[in-house]
Amino acid sequence: MVVDRRARIGLRVLALAYLAALLLVPVGVVFYRTFEHGLGTVWESITTPAAIHAFWLTVRIALIAVPLNTVLGVVTALALVRGRFRGKAVLHAVIDLPFAISPVVIGLALVLVYGRTGWFGGWLADHGVQVIFAVPGMVLATIFVCLPFVVREVEPVLREVGDEQEQAAATLGASRWQTFARVTLPAIRYGIAYGVVLSTARAIGEFGAVSVVSGKIAGQTDTLTLLVENRFQNFDVAGAYAASALLALIALLTLLVMTGLRPRRDQS
Amino acid sequence: MIAVNDVTKRFGDFQALDGVSIRVEDGSLTALLGPSGSGKSTLLRVIAGLEAPDEGTVEIAGRDATAVPAQKRGIGFVFQHYAAFKHMTVRENVAFGLRVRKRPKAEIAAKVSELLRIVGLDGYQSRYPAQLSGGQRQRMALARALAVEPEVLLLDEPFGALDANVRAELREWLRRLHDEVRVTTVLVTHDQEEAMEVADRIVVLNHGRVEQEGAPRELYERPANPFVMGFLGPVSRLGDTLVRPHDLRVHTEPRDGALEAQIARVVHLGFEVRVELELDGGEPLSVQLTRDEAAELELGAGDIVWVARPGVGDASVRTLAA
Amino acid sequence: MTARQAVAALKLTLLLSILVAAINAVAGTLVAWVLVRDRFRGRALVNALIDLPFALPTIVAGITLLALYGPNGPVGVNVVGTRWAIAMALLFVTLPFVVRSVQPVLMELDREMEEAAVSLGAGSLTVFRRIVLPNLVPAILSGAALGFARAVGEFGSVVLIAGNLPFKTEVASVFIFGRIESDAVTSAAAVSVVLLALSLLVLLAIRALGRLGHGR
Repeated sequence: MVVDRRARIGLRVLALAYLAALLLVPVGVVFYRTFEHGLGTVWESITTPAAIHAFWLTVRIALIAVPLNTVLGVVTALALVRGRFRGKAVLHAVIDLPFAISPVVIGLALVLVYGRTGWFGGWLADHGVQVIFAVPGMVLATIFVCLPFVVREVEPVLREVGDEQEQAAATLGASRWQTFARVTLPAIRYGIAYGVVLSTARAIGEFGAVSVVSGKIAGQTDTLTLLVENRFQNFDVAGAYAASALLALIALLTLLVMTGLRPRRDQS
Repeated sequence: MIAVNDVTKRFGDFQALDGVSIRVEDGSLTALLGPSGSGKSTLLRVIAGLEAPDEGTVEIAGRDATAVPAQKRGIGFVFQHYAAFKHMTVRENVAFGLRVRKRPKAEIAAKVSELLRIVGLDGYQSRYPAQLSGGQRQRMALARALAVEPEVLLLDEPFGALDANVRAELREWLRRLHDEVRVTTVLVTHDQEEAMEVADRIVVLNHGRVEQEGAPRELYERPANPFVMGFLGPVSRLGDTLVRPHDLRVHTEPRDGALEAQIARVVHLGFEVRVELELDGGEPLSVQLTRDEAAELELGAGDIVWVARPGVGDASVRTLAA
Repeated sequence: MTARQAVAALKLTLLLSILVAAINAVAGTLVAWVLVRDRFRGRALVNALIDLPFALPTIVAGITLLALYGPNGPVGVNVVGTRWAIAMALLFVTLPFVVRSVQPVLMELDREMEEAAVSLGAGSLTVFRRIVLPNLVPAILSGAALGFARAVGEFGSVVLIAGNLPFKTEVASVFIFGRIESDAVTSAAAVSVVLLALSLLVLLAIRALGRLGHGR
């Protein structure tokens, strides 16, 4: 269908204007606002003890949640594509669940289960383990919200690759582990990489669930995202912008890596 | 009548058409024949208005159509992979062109029924293309193209995606349809047998240029160059002449002007027998005989025979300098 | 008192999510069309930026919109505390869903169908309406539905810009959060269950739609 030139340009302008108004201009303004008062103030803002603590907390949580999620994700994808069992549809629904639940609800669920008055809460308290209003709870919340990402990226790639190569490896005498490590894993590595990037971005950016679960003990259980809100509520707008700019930078970096990986993921 | 005048078309670095000119008579069935990449599909699409030529003009029914968009050229186009509107029923597919022209409902219904009857898809009105076989889909596509009563019918390798026996059936059916409906038709194909069987005239294309154009018999018996000769039928090379394998004569005794050869293999292909020979210098040569001729000569592998080139004055046989 | 507040929050959430899904269906298709069929400098960059709402933390999305459309914003409008603000935040966050859902379908679309329609005399608008759009509808619907499911539970981007006035600009997720903070866990859980049921329903509908689409 050849749309005539005027119509094509009109549609292009409309689409780009919408995107600019919704995406580009706001992000641009944040960066402008942040650096408006000079690089120095921004640097000070993101190197306060609270900010540094928040940064490392975010990193720690991501470093626990993402690898765990990756292993879980690959295993689940293998089970879904290569496995033979009933209830695959149920497993699919469980995987999609984090997409459907509000982060606040996830936080609530965790509180109800692991909180002091929750199901396991009493048992955990007796053993001196505090989950809610402490870092372990935040890790759990992050794992839950990141759950779908690796699976959803690896599953189609696994399906596309097919199991002929794996069968060939088996006929050549490779054990299941060898086949997995030398044949399957290399074939799906870009799917995994893409999923890891998405998971990491999600882990760093999680707000609602960790907000509920953290108890907001400033300086102790504030991640970077919680720091942004904290500063905003305390009228430290410039500080909030600074932390936001840092997060936005990380997000743009994530986009860059995603864009770089996408063609390779699609190729396999 | 369609006239293509000196049309040139490039896709990036690739020259698809290079100064092509052809004439298509009213009511005729013309085949554009050539190998992949010869430009035949591009030429068809230029006639249709689906591609615009870089240079040259296209005339349809005496008017310059070069700048006219495809919607308004009054053509019907049939694609190799049917291009069926898969979200519409057979009836809706065939009716599409008429609905776009805002014809009254009763007229559309009558026309659709008539056309489905002609193409033999009566009773399939409410089916979806996915429920039809390849041959049925293509017949639906034809009905759809004919519904708008086009001045010109253009078919782009219409039977290329079908099984061999369905192809043969539809080929015959298309010829009969053309005889009945009498629309100026241009058919693109890479299958020389198809072109010879169906078309009134054939235009042979290669590398974006017209090699020869004429009636099928003319092209077969009087090819203009080795390419056309080789494309339209089997060719045997005897030294530096090209001859049709069935024009060579095999003798069991030496004869003036005949070359000595040894039989490598005798292949029985039903009515025809192909004798694969090896000449003195080791070059292979293929001769085609009828079953009766072969039986009379009692040929077997390893026999020494003499192959005669047809006589220089033999007007019924055509050879070409290689 | 809280029961009525809860119902108001749910109603507002539903209303805004449906509105946003509808806007996305149109805007997302438009954006997908331009990204697939048009050619211009920087197209690859724009394509990559569509995923920004996925990569950006929701709280940052909220601050971002606040910076532009809030008090002291360069444009001069202040939407803080209005329903428009919530709608905008939701549009930001759900932008990629329809676009990414429609793009692959548009790319795979058999161009010959469109050429056939053109050869039969159809103008560009007719071709879009009768040939392209019907084939895009399943993708548009599933993208819009995914966006809806996301919008219904959205928290981070909304909480700063909405003003969160009960009965006026309080969405369900903010209501739940407030109830948790006040230790009124039961009412929080009740509204949560409704939200969950809603999202699950939508997810099931999307899966069913997917199966229907493949059946044809």
